[in-house]
Amino acid sequence: MAEPVLDIRGLKKSFGALKATDDVNLDLKPGEIHALIGPNGAGKSTLIHQIAGTLMPDSGEVRFLGRDVLRMGVAERACLGLGRTFQVSSLAPEFSALRNVMLAVQARQGSSFRFFRPVMSDRTLTGPAMEALERVGLQDRAAIPAAELSHGERRQLEIAVALALGARAFLLDEPMAGMGPEGSRALTAFLHDLRHEAPILLVEHDMEAVFALADRISVLVYGRVIATGTVEEIRSDPAVREAYLGDAA
Amino acid sequence: MTREAIVTAVLIAALLAAPFAAQAIDEPFYITLATRIAILALAATGLNIALGLGGLVSFGHAAFFGIGGYAAGILATHAFNGEPLFLGLPGTNDMIVIWIVGALAAGAAASLIGLISLRTSGVYFIMITLAFAQMVYYFAISWPAYGGEDGLSIYVRNAFPGANTLAPMPFFLICFGVLCTGLAAFRSLMNSRFGAALQAGRQNEVRLAAVGIAPFTIRLAAFVISAMLTAVAGALFADLNRFVSPSMLSWHMSGELIVLIILGGVGRLGGPLAGAALFVLFEFALGGITERWQLFLGLVLLGVVLFARGGVMGLLAGRARHG
Ligand SMILES: Nc1ncnc2c1ncn2[C@@H]1O[C@H](COP(=O)(O)OP(=O)(O)O)[C@@H](O)[C@H]1O
Ligand SMILES: [Mg+2]
Repeated sequence: MAEPVLDIRGLKKSFGALKATDDVNLDLKPGEIHALIGPNGAGKSTLIHQIAGTLMPDSGEVRFLGRDVLRMGVAERACLGLGRTFQVSSLAPEFSALRNVMLAVQARQGSSFRFFRPVMSDRTLTGPAMEALERVGLQDRAAIPAAELSHGERRQLEIAVALALGARAFLLDEPMAGMGPEGSRALTAFLHDLRHEAPILLVEHDMEAVFALADRISVLVYGRVIATGTVEEIRSDPAVREAYLGDAA
Repeated sequence: MTREAIVTAVLIAALLAAPFAAQAIDEPFYITLATRIAILALAATGLNIALGLGGLVSFGHAAFFGIGGYAAGILATHAFNGEPLFLGLPGTNDMIVIWIVGALAAGAAASLIGLISLRTSGVYFIMITLAFAQMVYYFAISWPAYGGEDGLSIYVRNAFPGANTLAPMPFFLICFGVLCTGLAAFRSLMNSRFGAALQAGRQNEVRLAAVGIAPFTIRLAAFVISAMLTAVAGALFADLNRFVSPSMLSWHMSGELIVLIILGGVGRLGGPLAGAALFVLFEFALGGITERWQLFLGLVLLGVVLFARGGVMGLLAGRARHG
């Protein structure tokens, strides 16, 4: 079995009396899509936050590419190759779509302490940024400020930014939310191939997409992983049916 | 050329033309007014890097303005008296050396202040920068060697190669040249990779970190550069008045710089110049009639904040575009 790219051991996080992450073990192997499902408030976003570094866990371990990343800040983890998208889009609103992606290209190329060359005429920035926009189908919207993009377009832009970062693992928090059936289908097709570039930890409510994409599924309920398995195993697990899937299975 | 670039170019041209017009009608005092505008615009351009591009509302930039001023005053005094400064180093009346020393001193102070204050944000950042500036202010007051509360006179305006700095016109041209250099530096920085990161951090620091750029280091560098530019303006201001006093370090000065930027247009290349021109002309036009001219300035400021968020530049050139 290949070494996991991302390995989470015994992770715990409480908000007061609420156990948002309750002894979670989870890993992400090369080339796979690992879907994380569960009801609202189960702690999925909280888990993503702890992996990306925007929240500190109370205890446990997060290893990425074999390194303990818990002591690293958000920026340092991103430099290592953790490419994440936010459940609620988080972009530079005044910057155009292109400039949002250029920021990731610039970060990937190294130092931002360059004071002279104008970015907008720098082909080494605009070129790769445009390529990433084309991959998610946003090339015609490159000049539009992020604030003026539609909800769905902003989700696509977040993915383009993660692509431009050269991520070694993707953490996608509900990328399909609010996208409409056509957008969801296009994104599903896109993610299908993306896993070979870097594995994906996919938080998603759209069960059609999850069942079509996931190599493995973990089910989170009240901060605990109650089951991990293949699509078939999860669909037929009685505990999962009761806690979450209901009729969807 | 964009409309923004045209408006900025017209402002710069008008500033350059004004003293020549003043000379033609034999009103040298107007040259001094134009010089004041150039210097305040330069100081505010420095602050505009931190405040406009970085969203860092420093309420302590008077500290850097004053440090630049005291660099000019102290170095000139030692040069005048022929006493060594320390470690046998002499003073100097060479403006260029003074600007460099002032900028370095302010840069060092800004590193220290930034290292602490940039760990906070919002109103805490405003208060901590204010607190540090007040510390510098009280230090200057209680330091008798350089005049304490009374300040320090510069008996002969400092020297610039090939210029008679005592005459109003050459001194204006020096200040104008430094302002243009400062504006060019601001423009280059704004459009560079560093500027992109700095502005992204203002819009959304979570996003900046998520692409792998640590907001803190970017902001610290911006804060230091911002302070250095403001310090050069402070040195020129001391030379203009041939006098430095703790009032250059006071919170009124910090507030004035913020007001200039808001009047002119936050984060816009031409903003500080537009704001400084408006401010100085307002002071000149109303200051003679009533001592309460600042009340009217307050009303204008209120109008800008309520109805013209982009300031003068917003009115003349429309919304800022980021490409
Ligand atoms: N910063 C916070 N402070 C307090 N409670 C929080 C915080 N963030 C999330 N929670 C709570 O933790 C639980 C898990 O939230 P979240 O991770 O957003 O769930 P999910 O993404 O699975 O819908 C919820 O009950 C939520 O209210
Ligand atoms: Mg969530």
